[in-house]
Amino acid sequence: MNTNKNSYTFIYASVMVIIVAFLLAFVSSVLKPMQQKNIELDKKKQVLAALNIFEKDAETAYKTYVKADQLLNAKGEVVANEGGFAVENAAVTADNLPLYVCEVNGETKFVLPLYGAGLWGPIWGYVALNADKETIYGVYFSHAGETPGLGAEITNYEKFQKPFIGKTAVNANNDVVITVVKAGKVQNPETEVDGISGGTITSNGVDAMLKNSIGLYKAFLAEKACEKACCAAACDSVQSEPVLVDVQVVVNK
Amino acid sequence: MSLFSKQNMEALKTPLGMNNPVTVQVLGICSALAVTAQLEPAIVMGLSVTVIVAMANVIISLLRNTIPNRIRIIVQLVVCAALVTIVSEILKAFAYDVSVQLSVYVGLIITNCILMGRLEAFAMANGPWASFLDGIGNGLGYAKILVIVAFIRELFGSGSLFGYQVIPQWCYDHGYINNGLMLMPPAALIIVGCIIWYQRARHTELQEEQN
Repeated sequence: MNTNKNSYTFIYASVMVIIVAFLLAFVSSVLKPMQQKNIELDKKKQVLAALNIFEKDAETAYKTYVKADQLLNAKGEVVANEGGFAVENAAVTADNLPLYVCEVNGETKFVLPLYGAGLWGPIWGYVALNADKETIYGVYFSHAGETPGLGAEITNYEKFQKPFIGKTAVNANNDVVITVVKAGKVQNPETEVDGISGGTITSNGVDAMLKNSIGLYKAFLAEKACEKACCAAACDSVQSEPVLVDVQVVVNK
Repeated sequence: MSLFSKQNMEALKTPLGMNNPVTVQVLGICSALAVTAQLEPAIVMGLSVTVIVAMANVIISLLRNTIPNRIRIIVQLVVCAALVTIVSEILKAFAYDVSVQLSVYVGLIITNCILMGRLEAFAMANGPWASFLDGIGNGLGYAKILVIVAFIRELFGSGSLFGYQVIPQWCYDHGYINNGLMLMPPAALIIVGCIIWYQRARHTELQEEQN
């Protein structure tokens, strides 16, 4: 057969494209449910990682520790008591804020999603705040395509994520103060964390991501818990708003 | 022709040494720079490329008599891209952790010159079994160089191997510091250059005629 004829070339190319398209579509649609499940499980693992929980059975652990996945609006009010989990980190906007209310060893923790830009692509993660809404209980970062050994080190729990624990993320004025600085240049250990040498742009990306993403929750973070002595007035306002009482119930469940 | 004839074994073995895809054919350099800062991704990448090259080689070899000459490169590319996409989808469904590990590398495999190089140079002219062996051989030859480069880069760049610290703390206490250059892509180029230099110095038949 003459494989160099124009008609043969055309038919060959068309048939090939149709077969490949069919194959890819078939594989994709058959595997979609399983992939979706894996992605959800992975997301649960990430939320748990922010709480420093690395249990094998993420499904059960998630049910144990995460009490509610709420949705907040820009004023920090709870719009829905569930559905926060379905919101992709990239889809978080100022008026659509997922909040994971968790309980670890009897203490309430709030997990906020993070999303930002690294050097080569998106970076994301979760930050767990203590009930005081100021100090960090744990963090988790991940990335799509940062350089292994350099920017990708933000996923390193021991080296990069652990130092965040106990730092002040938000100050009394409700400004986000947590900062990633150049490696070895920490001056204020309360709020500063070492970046990665050789991964400066990714480190800066983490810094910007923390500031932006936590900043969206400003209104929510401003309502400090009642036991904080500083704000009796704020405490009254908390109790006068029925929606927020609702939150307390969820927290104490 | 027997399955393990001399010719076939040649196809498997020469890419490991005298016809190494990275050091002699100088293919796949780009990904060799990108993934060799640590040993683990280097090994994962090496194995992935081995599997994909072998599979693509077999498919192209089976199709080789039907492929129209004028669009053969496109056909090869479509086969590679489809194969890589399917493998990545399957990994996402059944081995999610591995696919997260591979993340960018899966995409990099499609653009790996070794794939197109071997399809064009070998699979288009040889039977499926020989092509399969050639794919395995070239994949492993590539993996071998990746591992050597990653070993040197991780050891001197981070003082660790597979993420475990191997250079003891007292070395650092006495003023030893990790070589930051080793973590940068240029270091891979320098090391690959040194390997090529060593190989060509030892095997003079690889050197071009001096005019």
